[in-house]
Amino acid sequence: MANLHNNLFDIFYMDTLAAGDTWLHRLDPRAKVLTTLIFVATVVSCGKYEVSMLIPFILYPVFMVTLANLPILYIIKKMALLMPFAFFIGIFNPLMDKNIIARIDLTGIVVWIETIGLNNIMGLIDFNGLKGITGTIDVSGGWISFFSIMMRFCLTVGAALILICTTGFDSVCMALQRFGVPGPFIVQLMFLYRYMFVLIDEASRMLRARALRTFDTGNIKHNLFGQMIGQLLLRTLDRAQRIHLAMCCRGFDGHVRMVRKMNFGMTEILFVAGWSLVIVTFRMYNIPVKIGTLISEIP
Amino acid sequence: MHMADALISPAVGGTMWALSAGLIGYCSKKVKNEMDDQKIPLMGVMGAFIFAAQMINFTIPVTGSSGHLGGGMILSILLGPHIAFLTMASVLTVQALFFADGGLLALGCNIFNLGFFPCFIAYPLIYKKITRENPTRNNIVSGSLIAAILGLQAGAFAVVVETVMSGISELPFSTFLMLMQPVHLAIGIVEGVTTAAVVIFIWKARPEILNAAASSVPIGGISIKNVLTGITVAAVITGGALSWFASSNPDGLEWAMFKTAGVEELESPHELHASLSKVQEKTAFLPDYGFKSDESELILNENKSTEENGTTAATTEDKKHQSSAWPAVDSGTSVSGLTGGLLTLTLAVAVGFILRHKKSNA
Repeated sequence: MANLHNNLFDIFYMDTLAAGDTWLHRLDPRAKVLTTLIFVATVVSCGKYEVSMLIPFILYPVFMVTLANLPILYIIKKMALLMPFAFFIGIFNPLMDKNIIARIDLTGIVVWIETIGLNNIMGLIDFNGLKGITGTIDVSGGWISFFSIMMRFCLTVGAALILICTTGFDSVCMALQRFGVPGPFIVQLMFLYRYMFVLIDEASRMLRARALRTFDTGNIKHNLFGQMIGQLLLRTLDRAQRIHLAMCCRGFDGHVRMVRKMNFGMTEILFVAGWSLVIVTFRMYNIPVKIGTLISEIP
Repeated sequence: MHMADALISPAVGGTMWALSAGLIGYCSKKVKNEMDDQKIPLMGVMGAFIFAAQMINFTIPVTGSSGHLGGGMILSILLGPHIAFLTMASVLTVQALFFADGGLLALGCNIFNLGFFPCFIAYPLIYKKITRENPTRNNIVSGSLIAAILGLQAGAFAVVVETVMSGISELPFSTFLMLMQPVHLAIGIVEGVTTAAVVIFIWKARPEILNAAASSVPIGGISIKNVLTGITVAAVITGGALSWFASSNPDGLEWAMFKTAGVEELESPHELHASLSKVQEKTAFLPDYGFKSDESELILNENKSTEENGTTAATTEDKKHQSSAWPAVDSGTSVSGLTGGLLTLTLAVAVGFILRHKKSNA
């Protein structure tokens, strides 16, 4: 119960965030939905042993969080709460896939550090003590793919959260409708969202009523559970009927109309095209490796 | 049971999106045709009910842990499969967007696993067969229990198949299966018992609700069988196209070339010998994929080739190593190749266009 209450507050809070007024908030929702989908699909399309390639993708969440004035700590907290799921599936990778696919040569690193003059950065850090280190560290494929999974997780979850925090649920629904998602499904989504709060309130009233009448504040027994849920369901059905009558009185014909106009203008085209270009570039060229090669070739 | 984006490949995600989008389109059409618009608010409110009902937990007698109402089965029993599927899909969409419970690309998988099996398999083939026209206390209990368990088992099996076909997680098929099925047996029993309890309450309090749902005869026109055949064909074609695309471009969709963070930076022309010795055989002939050839009956065409792509490892840098290990790869093609994301996007947009086209025709 506490958990769902927290979720409810989360939704309220995210709605507040979505009501912001930056140019990203004002952007046509279709542009943001489209870019998010491109982003998620591209991240997911990276090979399972990709780690370095995924790094530049962080640019998109960073850009969005910054320009939309989203609270970065809140987003990180939400991601951290969801982390265990990906972690528990991902952690099997190091256990299952023990083949060594990468070997880091420590001697090489030490020599490399010396070559580019890192061994004595402004006299603060002295790497000369490392000179004696030789040998290699073997990295199994499992660990690499595990890190890859965790990075994908952060990127994809982050993108979804950012979408809803900059756009809001109703606007996302309208965007989906414009993309051709069938009308009844859109109406369904909007109804669900609207009445979720109402029914959660209803359920908490029932729980409160029960708690006040039982000395044992604890758990609901199974036989009572059926009755409580059934009761909630009956109230739900009655409410649905009242809603329907009220809607009929107001001329409902199966379509939800929005006052807000959508306008896919130049800004939107530039936003989608620009980000698609960046994302595709990240996907086609491993930027960190390119930069790395460039740097190590210079000296 | 919700799958995450991090664990699926675009081929699997895209295919399941296409499947679920097709089913949503079908159900929407069905709902539009057959129902009075009284059911429109009912659907929405019932979706909200699923969220609200999850607040009320009960204690599971022996274990002391708590259980709550699942979704698909109770919705099917109360509303009929089509409305139930749409409602379930909307619940999962809200979960994906707000709670990041299951990702956006994985949404197709989740809708299919948690919506299709209870609504279109377990409900008509098990629950309806057991309860028939006149529900009694006993057949409601046995019907909901068996249907919920089997629906969840099928869903869990689909999760395993989808995850393993994606090839991101290293969990071998059999191990993952052994992990998932028993857990979902327990969850299925809880869901079955709760479903039965609620259905019995409703049956006693307002029997007409159940009768209305039971007697809702699907209106003629397209049958679910035809739709399923159509969708399956579409999925196979989609998957085939995806994997053809992927296999002709090793850089495209599923290729398993690897680079570890920062490691290539050490590869410099100076004699730093800071290179990695990469075991190409590892990526080229992933041993864990072995099961797939054994169980290829289970696997749709597209994913068979996904596996091949998964094994097609190539990087330009590793060309020398590679050329002996995997001759099929040529570094020229590895640079070209659009991203899988673009293709998936095209696919999703295409589905959207098709649905809209259908809608305007309808």
